[in-house]
Amino acid sequence: MATTTPARGAYSPPPGGTGAAPHGRGTWRARLWRFDDKASPYAYIAPFFLIFGAFGLYPLLYTGWIALHRVEMTSLDRSEWVGWDNFARILQDSEFWTAVFNTFVIGVISTVPQLLVALGLAHLLNYKLRASTFWRTVILTPYATSVATAALVFALVFRADGGILNWVLHFFGAGNTDWGNGEWTSKIAISVIVIWRWTGYNALIYLAAMQAVPTDLYEAAAIDGATRWQQFRKVTIPSLRPTILFTIVISTIGSMQLFGEPLLLQGGTLGSIGGSEHQYETLSIYLFNYGWKLGHLGPAAAVAWAMLVLLLLIALINWIVGRFVRKSAA
Amino acid sequence: MTTASPTKTAPGLAPAPLPATPRKGRARLRLGAGRQLRGGPFTYAALVVVGLGSVFPLYWTLVAASHDQQRVLDSPPPLVPGGRLWSNLQAAWDQAHLGKAIVNSVIVAGCITAATLFFCTLAGYAFAKMRFRGRGVLMTAVIATLTIPPQLSVVPLFMMMSDIGWSGKLESVVFPTLVGAFGVFFMRQYLLEALPYELIEAAKVDGASNIRIVWNVVLPVARPAMMVLGMLTFVQAWNDFFWPFLALNQQDPTIQVALGQLSASYTPDQSIVMAGALISTLPLLLVFVVFGKQIVGGIMAGAVKG
Repeated sequence: MATTTPARGAYSPPPGGTGAAPHGRGTWRARLWRFDDKASPYAYIAPFFLIFGAFGLYPLLYTGWIALHRVEMTSLDRSEWVGWDNFARILQDSEFWTAVFNTFVIGVISTVPQLLVALGLAHLLNYKLRASTFWRTVILTPYATSVATAALVFALVFRADGGILNWVLHFFGAGNTDWGNGEWTSKIAISVIVIWRWTGYNALIYLAAMQAVPTDLYEAAAIDGATRWQQFRKVTIPSLRPTILFTIVISTIGSMQLFGEPLLLQGGTLGSIGGSEHQYETLSIYLFNYGWKLGHLGPAAAVAWAMLVLLLLIALINWIVGRFVRKSAA
Repeated sequence: MTTASPTKTAPGLAPAPLPATPRKGRARLRLGAGRQLRGGPFTYAALVVVGLGSVFPLYWTLVAASHDQQRVLDSPPPLVPGGRLWSNLQAAWDQAHLGKAIVNSVIVAGCITAATLFFCTLAGYAFAKMRFRGRGVLMTAVIATLTIPPQLSVVPLFMMMSDIGWSGKLESVVFPTLVGAFGVFFMRQYLLEALPYELIEAAKVDGASNIRIVWNVVLPVARPAMMVLGMLTFVQAWNDFFWPFLALNQQDPTIQVALGQLSASYTPDQSIVMAGALISTLPLLLVFVVFGKQIVGGIMAGAVKG
């Protein structure tokens, strides 16, 4: 590694003569050199913070301002102070609470099975396998599929008439299910799309974490006479706790954002109101409908802030549960 | 360092030397060491089931795209591809301006990927190997931005874009995603391990300026990670739906937006919609077939965090 120069210290003059050492030669150069050292790191990280500031943080705060104003899609440059009216408007709208409920329910029934299956799948992939890369790539193919494609294919699969799922189920004696129009079946359908797209990805994340667990832990457990199931529960799971927490957080945030799946499950106008009875309307759909279909950006911004509050609530619950789990484990 | 015999170690795995402990417990020990276990028939059976489940919807996209709509919705649904693939592809292509949409997607995803690689490598290098005031706090700030969903800022973002005159233009989709927190974190993790301080010091002794060090030392070392990050970013940018759907219009969409609009038309022909879906997915599937191993490795490498 260090074969290039004879010495690593900065005091020995560099070989090859012509370059001349920059340090201490003339104050102007030295100062420039020091400035380069001090400023460079900031220059390198600046693009991230500039972009985030301009297109992330600033709009986030601006959302708060819009939420207190009347802004219409048809006249974007005009705004009128309305105070808390927008918030009152959405909080009194039963559709908003339906959307909150739906987002929460779909979030739970998509995240929980997805992470459990991913955990089991990672466990299987952690065995010594033939063609292990092949299996890993195969379970990751849904990740390469866009929301739009996935939602559209599953829309066909879940179709009431001529849907392939109903056809399969009729062999088991089930009647035709109208997946998209049912209160619960539509939520299940959307969760299936989410689960399909993300299970493999999460499995790989768990697999990476499993491979980082030192083998002597398992050996020690084996010496103590632990069965394989006990090893999984007492060694693997605790070692994976940070990773599991991480995936829970990411999946929770992801489920707050569900948009393409509900929009395209039935498509058309039904999609933009989340079903004829709003049975699968998520908060993102509600925001989109208010802002882009009805053209009222003020309430849409208020919805965004409501989402922020919900996220913070979830984070708080996560934190409390995490603390509780850690305490009871200790 | 390892005293284990060099002959019998599985390639790729850490040598995991069997300790020279009493023979008695050896069989049990091997059984216990989780990762050395071979998968049994049950393992393979389960993987086949999951694998089929992962691939079937994509296969069915192809099947549905190669029949006419009536056949697709018939009661025993078709299970093998039919002969109308080409005409459906053409219909999708014409109806939804997919040609333009694909060009747009290539431009958008290409710009985002190039910028992400450049900026994230710079920032990742700074966070990994340079000493500066506030490094820890700033890195935490970078990670924290991951938790902010785009929904929270789309309303003003839309207004800003219309202010600048970018509404409906590709710029409105490209600029907000030029650099991402994941990429910064990913490059930092890689460079922390892959780039030895000695290399940087040596370049400094030779009188290289910081930007020269980036060009001549950091970039060559970072190249493998940049490849992976590039593919991950491209996939994300190509598949992005929410903001592009709000920001772009029918005349000038990305491929995903065009697909959404194709299905939202009055009585969408399902097999044509599926043909469109196929067109939008194929490029990525090709990337996956060729670079699957690297992408898998990249996701797993990005996952292990402190």
